[in-house]
Amino acid sequence: MAQSNKYRPGDQVRVRVDSPSGHYRTPTYIQGKTGLVVASCGRFRNPESLAHGGSGLPEQPLYRVEFTQRSVWDRYQGPSGDKILVDIYEHWLDPVAFRR
Amino acid sequence: MPKPHDMGGLPNNEAIEQSDHQLMDWEMRMDALHQVLGQKGIRKTDEMRRAMEGLKPDLYKSLSYYERWTAALEILVVEKGILTSEEIDRKVVQLDQGRR
Repeated sequence: MAQSNKYRPGDQVRVRVDSPSGHYRTPTYIQGKTGLVVASCGRFRNPESLAHGGSGLPEQPLYRVEFTQRSVWDRYQGPSGDKILVDIYEHWLDPVAFRR
Repeated sequence: MPKPHDMGGLPNNEAIEQSDHQLMDWEMRMDALHQVLGQKGIRKTDEMRRAMEGLKPDLYKSLSYYERWTAALEILVVEKGILTSEEIDRKVVQLDQGRR
């Protein structure tokens, strides 16, 4: 069954704030931040399940999400245009605004 | 509460050690063992990460890179019933005595 991705490049998303027990790949510093989806990286087995001997299925969409450095770090001194790119799985993202 | 590996953005006044580390024999053997167990389907990368991230923060911080790998591999082979902690401890004592 072909599953479709929830987000497309240009969509605005907010990273979920969570700390489930076990393994997850969404660092704390990026949780709660709002960014822009810039690319779909494909679908991959879910590391949160693989980490406990699971199959990792169904595969989860992974996105490259862009954040301004200033929105991530309170005391960021660099240029306002500086960005940070983080690869984040779909189930860690909530929609803020879909590109029209 | 972030786990010990999740340190992005934490304050740190210590200089970052950037010099190359000369690998010791045991570290290369640990790497090889890790690869073999992966090829045999006995451990997955995400399981290793989960095992390392589950170490007590003080222990995590006190261990070197490959010492963490060693600790994680021990957790996984015991968890999977391949070896018991007693067998590992016994072997360590044996090796230790052989060296004297």
